[in-house]
Amino acid sequence: MKPEDRAAELFARLRSGDRRALARAITWIENGAEEATALLRLVYPLTGRAHVVGITGPPGAGKSTLVDRLASEQRARGRTVAIVAVDPTSPFSGGAILGDRIRMQRTLTDPGVFMRSLAARGHLGGLSPATGEVVSVLDAFGFDVILVETVGTGQSEVEIMALAHTTCVVVVPGLGDEIQAIKAGILEIGDVFVCNKADRDGADRTVNEIEMMLDLGHMGQPGINRWPAEPAEGGGAQSPAAGAALPPGADAALRRLDRTGHHSAADLARAAGYMTRAAVHAAERHGTANPGDISWRPPVLKTVAKDGQGVEAVVDRLDEHLTFLRETGRWEARREKDAALRLQELVGQRAARATLDRARAAGDLELLVRQVAERRLDPYTAADEILRNHWGR
Amino acid sequence: MEAASGRRIRVLVAKLGLDAHDRGAKVVARAYRDAGFEVIYTGLYQRPEAVAAAAIQEDVDVVAVSSLAGAHGVLIPQLIQLLREQGVDDVLILAGGIIPEDEVPALLEAGVSRVFGPGSDLEEIIEYTRENVKR
Amino acid sequence: MATAERKERFAGVSDRPVKRFYGPDDIAGFEYDRDLGDPGEYPFTRGVHPTMYRGKLWTMRQFAGFGTAEETNARFRYLLEQGQTGLSTAFDMPTLLGYDSDHPYANGEVGKLGVAIDSLRDFEILFDSIPLDKVSTSMTINPPASIMLAMYLVVAEKQGVAWDQVSGTIQNDILKDYIAQKTYIYPPGPSMRLITDVMAFCARNVPRWNTISISGYHIREAGATAAQELAFTLADGMAYVEAGIRAGLDVDEFAPRLSFFFDVHNDFFEEIAKFRAARRIWARVMRERFGARNPRSWMLRTHAQTAGVSLTAQQPENNIVRVALQALAAVLGGTQSLHTNSYDEALALPSEEAVRIALRTQQIIAEESGVANVVDPLAGSYYVEYLTNKLEEEAWDYFGKIEALGGVVAAIEKGWFQQQIADSAYRFQRRVMNGDYKVVGVNAYVDPDEKPATNILKVNPEVQRRQIERVREVRATRDQKAAEAALAELRRASQTDENLMPYIIECVRSYCTVGEICGAWRELWGEYREESVY
Repeated sequence: MKPEDRAAELFARLRSGDRRALARAITWIENGAEEATALLRLVYPLTGRAHVVGITGPPGAGKSTLVDRLASEQRARGRTVAIVAVDPTSPFSGGAILGDRIRMQRTLTDPGVFMRSLAARGHLGGLSPATGEVVSVLDAFGFDVILVETVGTGQSEVEIMALAHTTCVVVVPGLGDEIQAIKAGILEIGDVFVCNKADRDGADRTVNEIEMMLDLGHMGQPGINRWPAEPAEGGGAQSPAAGAALPPGADAALRRLDRTGHHSAADLARAAGYMTRAAVHAAERHGTANPGDISWRPPVLKTVAKDGQGVEAVVDRLDEHLTFLRETGRWEARREKDAALRLQELVGQRAARATLDRARAAGDLELLVRQVAERRLDPYTAADEILRNHWGR
Repeated sequence: MEAASGRRIRVLVAKLGLDAHDRGAKVVARAYRDAGFEVIYTGLYQRPEAVAAAAIQEDVDVVAVSSLAGAHGVLIPQLIQLLREQGVDDVLILAGGIIPEDEVPALLEAGVSRVFGPGSDLEEIIEYTRENVKR
Repeated sequence: MATAERKERFAGVSDRPVKRFYGPDDIAGFEYDRDLGDPGEYPFTRGVHPTMYRGKLWTMRQFAGFGTAEETNARFRYLLEQGQTGLSTAFDMPTLLGYDSDHPYANGEVGKLGVAIDSLRDFEILFDSIPLDKVSTSMTINPPASIMLAMYLVVAEKQGVAWDQVSGTIQNDILKDYIAQKTYIYPPGPSMRLITDVMAFCARNVPRWNTISISGYHIREAGATAAQELAFTLADGMAYVEAGIRAGLDVDEFAPRLSFFFDVHNDFFEEIAKFRAARRIWARVMRERFGARNPRSWMLRTHAQTAGVSLTAQQPENNIVRVALQALAAVLGGTQSLHTNSYDEALALPSEEAVRIALRTQQIIAEESGVANVVDPLAGSYYVEYLTNKLEEEAWDYFGKIEALGGVVAAIEKGWFQQQIADSAYRFQRRVMNGDYKVVGVNAYVDPDEKPATNILKVNPEVQRRQIERVREVRATRDQKAAEAALAELRRASQTDENLMPYIIECVRSYCTVGEICGAWRELWGEYREESVY
């Protein structure tokens, strides 16, 4: 049988809901089998329906346990769930121990849940290179929600943001300095923040610190309006309609700065000045914002995943974020952007592969590589030469 | 470890039933990893249904069951039965641990390919696995 | 002069490098009174009694249990007839994990690794014709330990033996379960509460009962080095003392009833040093850190068992020699009681013949070797004193690390112990694999014509059926109202701070089953799950 025929056969089984076929499809994709592309062609029209949720955060934050609970809660709401958990590959042997299943005991035999562990396979980021395509197959299979859990290190945050509709960043209390370090990377990509293991000391402080950083981060932006317009916990934020002098979150941020007590008077003054300017911007925009100007102020939630505490609220917020994407036109915009990116990526990969293959076949590649290695030729000139002679032929 | 087709061999290391002894399972899991296999470890106290579901969803080439509590005679055949009912016939099934010699034939009969007793050489387990994966 | 040696590096089981010889420089600063003291004197390095085995030999206590209560009762009586001086009960996996024999999860496991216990009815049979005021009984069980103690007390009552005459030990050490043995049920909070309830109840009602056997055995068997076994076990001990104090008990009220349980592995001198270091550390910690005033609180009393993990399935008779050497180390280390493994245990449950040889091994050491005539004969040996100091130093290093992680429970939840042990286990296995560590009959001196052993004990498959029948009959014939009422009361009390022991006793008295009691707690407290892999 030709790869196309094997793909068609597996696709038929996939459409009939055969979970073994689904598992085998993922294996093809992971291995870059020749059937995989043919299958993905067939699968593509069926994709684009699932809510893809990324779960990221530092190792030890309890991501898998939270994912297990999120899956249970999604099931309780009548949705089917697929879970993709990525673990690192040993750089020495290429092997891996994929242990996420241990933490997902609640839903293991539920026919509405499907879980797959992937090894990162040498990819430096926190996702396996095949993750996006694996998600496509799961989406086409008909799962309502797909939870993608990253390794939690490297470039996973950025990659997960590109893959997921909603990114959930998990932290734990007492990260201390680490929170400073993650703020730059993680703060910008999180749509929902979860402080897990919130029964430990320092949970409130961690939540406050994230809230504060989020508030500061959202200060100077256009469309600081909160979605949806409702007062935050503690009454710090005000609805856009109130048209207050301070933007929502600003006074809350001030109070949090105060409460944490770790900031000098100069910090406070600086923060206050910044906010005042932001408040002017905000006031100008109040009431005039069109849906696209409304931005999402990520909520910060507390959970104790091992006991299931706070998990319902997390799912509520994930749902809300999906509504936000849909009602502000972002879901559609995202589809366009994803399509463009995907095309760009594929064209790039294929053009590069075809060009290099031809250069190799002609014996040019080896020659040029040697010259570059021996410093007789610079790599830029060599690349131009390959493109001139072998590209698009 | 890559099979002939250029893919990584995936192994499910499983602990069935109420058997709490996990030293051997963990050592074997590490040995597989260090030999380049991808290992999915189930954790302790698994029901045969959960192990079968994991084997299917993870699309593993090998299921390696570690048993030191004497329930292998009941639970391993149950697991194999569940796999067969769901149409799985291309998975290599291995057993290891404290399994008395005279209980080995029944396990082989049930569909276990090989039983590795105490003191088995890790290299031998890996070599056997590499040579006998079914796909 | 030839200086060539057989190997570049010499190291024992724990992989600590060993020098060619040791001398005064290796124990610089050694002070007899401070570091050793006479036997029976603080810090008890040389032993907890002044006379040691000249006063009373160690208790020879063979762990036994399989099948139904009838079969185990017969084995108990056989062992007592053979001169054994204490009983030690092994339970099957369903009992250890709080499931009745007719629970679907118990299928295939009933009576396999120990005796199946579902209700008081089984205990009545288990201790039939065994006078509970004359023997002491050790029970290796953890989450359901309080239930087994309750059953034992009710059986004693029925024999007309007062509770203050009853003596024995329950393992009741949940921390090492989270760390290594893995027979946990509930999360740490309620598990620790059950333990402190037992400590408080026994201090007042069963004064001769050892309420916890703080166990390094399973930690070592799971792969830890000697220093890890020593350190993790003593750290667990300190955590129990802290829990007792937090529960409002006076340290001297419960500390004298804490006992220990160590493994005895192959590295002869390291094992002896481990026992000596353990006593010295514990004495100092109890007196100086916890302010205990009663010298009995300072004394580390311990049971020991030869290393099951050192036994080989290949050439199993060799195990008799291994066990003899390990047992000798335990005696030279000053243990209070000892289990010697049977040579066939790497294959299956021990046969009667194998158990007898194991017991005779102890008797030969006690009666023929002469080592019981003198206390701590290795004191003053440069190497043994060096190792004792070294192990103590390594233990304190670990204590510092555990503290930095936030204490024992926090380190468990972070998977730290489990990772340390799995690393050591794998390192050791690799040494065996590459021949750096020789195991006779396995990677050296292999017998190519070896035939697999066949003369081994099998549990009758009928056991499961009989046991299921019995537990169903108990449920059908008991006073159902009384059982339900007792269980309801236990449930209620479990949600308060009351001591649960009286309620557990009422439950077992009315023939509530182990599965019913543990099930009620499962519902209330949830189940602990280990969440990491290493």
